[in-house]
Amino acid sequence: MRYIPHTEADVRTMLDRIGADSVEDLFQSIPEKLQLRRPLDITAAATEQEVLAELRALAEENASSHTHGWFLGGGAYAHFAPSAVDAIVSRSEFYTSYTPYQPEISQGTLQTIFEWQTMISSLTGLDVSNASLYDGASAAAEAVLMALRVTRRKRVVVAETLHPHYREVVRTYLDGLDTEIATLPRSASGQTEVLAEAVDDTTACVVVQQPNFFGCIEDLESAAAAAHARGALLIVVVTEALSLALLRSPGEAGADIVCGEAQSFGVPLGFGGPHLGFLAARDKHVRQIPGRIAGQTVDSAGRRGFVLTLSTREQHIRRERATSNICTNQGLCLLMATVYLSLLGRVGLRRLAELNLARAETLKSALRAQGLALPFSAPTFNEFTVRVPDSGEAALERALGAGMVGGLDLRPFDAELGPAVLVCATEQSPTDRFETLATCLAGGAA
Amino acid sequence: MTAPNDNANATRGISYEEPLSFERSRPGRVGYSLPELNAEERAALAAIPSDLLREELADLPELSEVDVIRHFTRLSTWNTSVDHGLYPLGSCTMKYNPKINEVVARLPGFAAAHPMQPAGLAQGLLRLCYMLERQLAEISGMDRVTLQPAAGAQGELAGIMMIRAYHEQRGEGRTKVLIPDSAHGTNPASAALNGYSVVPIPSGDDGILHPEAVEAAMADDVAALMLTNPNTLGFFESHMVRIAEIVHSKGGLVYGDGANLNAILGVARPGDLGIDVMHFNLHKTFSTPHGGGGPGAGPVGVVNQLAPYLPVPVVAKVAGPEGERFALDYEFPHSIGRLHANFGNVGMMVRAFAYIRSLGPDGLRRCAEMAVLNANYLQARLRDIFSVPYEGAVMHECVFSDKSLEATGVTTLDVAKRLIDYGYHPPTIYFPLIVHGALMIEPTESESLEGLDRFVETLLTISREAQEDPELLRGAPHNTRLRRLDETQAARRPILRWQAPSD
Ligand SMILES: Cc1ncc(COP(=O)(O)O)c(C=O)c1O
Repeated sequence: MRYIPHTEADVRTMLDRIGADSVEDLFQSIPEKLQLRRPLDITAAATEQEVLAELRALAEENASSHTHGWFLGGGAYAHFAPSAVDAIVSRSEFYTSYTPYQPEISQGTLQTIFEWQTMISSLTGLDVSNASLYDGASAAAEAVLMALRVTRRKRVVVAETLHPHYREVVRTYLDGLDTEIATLPRSASGQTEVLAEAVDDTTACVVVQQPNFFGCIEDLESAAAAAHARGALLIVVVTEALSLALLRSPGEAGADIVCGEAQSFGVPLGFGGPHLGFLAARDKHVRQIPGRIAGQTVDSAGRRGFVLTLSTREQHIRRERATSNICTNQGLCLLMATVYLSLLGRVGLRRLAELNLARAETLKSALRAQGLALPFSAPTFNEFTVRVPDSGEAALERALGAGMVGGLDLRPFDAELGPAVLVCATEQSPTDRFETLATCLAGGAA
Repeated sequence: MTAPNDNANATRGISYEEPLSFERSRPGRVGYSLPELNAEERAALAAIPSDLLREELADLPELSEVDVIRHFTRLSTWNTSVDHGLYPLGSCTMKYNPKINEVVARLPGFAAAHPMQPAGLAQGLLRLCYMLERQLAEISGMDRVTLQPAAGAQGELAGIMMIRAYHEQRGEGRTKVLIPDSAHGTNPASAALNGYSVVPIPSGDDGILHPEAVEAAMADDVAALMLTNPNTLGFFESHMVRIAEIVHSKGGLVYGDGANLNAILGVARPGDLGIDVMHFNLHKTFSTPHGGGGPGAGPVGVVNQLAPYLPVPVVAKVAGPEGERFALDYEFPHSIGRLHANFGNVGMMVRAFAYIRSLGPDGLRRCAEMAVLNANYLQARLRDIFSVPYEGAVMHECVFSDKSLEATGVTTLDVAKRLIDYGYHPPTIYFPLIVHGALMIEPTESESLEGLDRFVETLLTISREAQEDPELLRGAPHNTRLRRLDETQAARRPILRWQAPSD
């Protein structure tokens, strides 16, 4: 086996030193009757060449943004990643190291985390960020748990326009805890109305998504006002992180915790993972933040360096009283995103966001020209809801016939909406196919 | 026979200084290529009212592609990694990360597939997930496997939630989870996250759990015992079957933390030991890289009794007119629900699958055998230098205490920092908590005999240094770009982001 260096002579030498007769002897602490006395029933080893061929064949059975015109978003976005991102991520100094427990030999990872925290603070308009969570959905759940701790209250108010998978994950995380979840309905405009009476003195937090699952941009100021009037926190969840480059920052609008998914920043779609959960909050809540945090310090010669810090929040120190159980996080995805944001930078990220908005608006015009209606009046970013004549399923089937993955059928997620599709345009969406997509969704053959 | 200690100067080399990216920024520099908007597109920007738009992105840098590449390349050289050399971080299984895994994970059919695309357009991926579930079930002896949890700790949470669902289904409101005192911090944290109170169980003098200790703590209000086998001292819990019987007889379930599965691959299976639910760490046992902190993947295996509670969706094989197809099944009415926005860290599943295919049954068993051989060899050679807190034949890792260092005033931390000077990533230190000044060493099967000998020689040198020149250790590391970092100051006055100097 090419990953294992031992020769038979090495094994003999080592056994002699240990004082054992055979390798088998080393397993004597496993009671005889518990040992597996047969080979595992899995396929025999394949050569590197065979494994590559086998996996290529499996890969080719999947559609992707490389094989189809892509208009599907819904929480994962087909953005372009500059080649420089993978060039850096492929450096094994980064990808074959562990969590930076020993700062003197992990400064590369630690400085990257510090840069990420700075960028996320800036994007969200909040003071502090952590060093990633598993994904946007668990970040939302962790944010809710954090709000329960901060307020010592038990009621959680969640917008119906929060991504349905995120709502499910929040429910899963809260199940078994002594809490109550209330939902805020969607209004006719597609936005969430946070009515004052929806929030009471037992409410820990109000959770809204920006832009929401249907693509609509929410009025965060009123949500913040309603939450803060009763001492609750406002949690803003972001699934399309690129929107942060264009929209008023949630922190400025009054959010106390901003969390979500940063896959858009150079992380591959990868059939849903690994992606990049993030969470940012205000200074006053820093000791309730879940997950790793890097901080600046000095070495014994007074030079600037970085370490993991505030670890008394964490499971390895605080065990059952930790703010979260997270240990392994999404470190390498954080590196991808930090390289991506460094390349796009202050100006490029804004321009890219504008390009996405412009593409989506152009697509809207093409759809309207085919007589399709957009049911919601609220402004949108790069994703929006369009009503289709028959059913979302049939409309998307027609688009697929023309080589396009045309969006997400909303029927499983919102029964009252009628036949509708969630459509997304990014810088990678083929503009020369907008009209064809419109024709397909409107009921015509391509 | 032993090669000369060529690690003596291992960490000396060219070391570049590099500021924060923000400090390199120059207005007007670009690292991207984007099309210009045409007039119509520019007009479209008015679709969002200006009061909803943000101010400038003040803290993002402006850099060229060259700047960015040099910045992160320089940063990368400040890390040590498995590809540099031995990384004996106990409990973390820092084995070699095969390169083919990186190649296959990047194939566009995997890397550019969207989680919401119809199952009919993702047959290869679903087939791979299905096969991996079956492989893990066979390797572990569990009946069913979910791949959804994103890391070991999320797997623990999923397992604890399934245990809760099981008891609640039977109308039982159990409130406690028993956890040995040698357990990893995520175990109690996961139990508490789902609302359980944690009852610590003492390990015996021989470093393993004894039936009497479990018997004494086991009661009708205990939902589960959560243990790690092999445990964090490196020992196989040889009373496992009796312990599981005790827990089961009082209506409890047994959770097995599978972080140390590498030691028993193909040799023994958690499912044959009385374990009802367990997690795997694909980033430990199945060679997926740790990525400087993650991502990992923490699949969970269960016995049939717990299968109704698995998180949704579940990958299902369906026979159809065109042969077998793979679909996502949401029809699990008793499911604990969803834990991940999608299906988990699929990229790690692709890598683990490639690994299992590359090793086959014999290769996997060979991993366990050589990992255990390496750990026992290190224990045999290092016992003259460091104190062995618990005697016994170890499995994949060996743990030492700082007792032999006491007279010198040198601490475990000092030894760890001095190892850095010799080019090694230190072992895990101060864990497990029941060992004073613990040094927890897991060499994995990736290390050769001469590599281990060099490591032993280095530790011998360091222990001599501890006697003769303790200050040398207290001031270590000496060869790194930065010297010992002040963690106390970092926590006392937290600086958690860069701020532009106000001029
Ligand atoms: C024994 C043990 N249990 C659980 C975990 C947690 O796993 P993860 O880091 O994948 O969440 C670890 C590793 O960190 C471990 O060593």
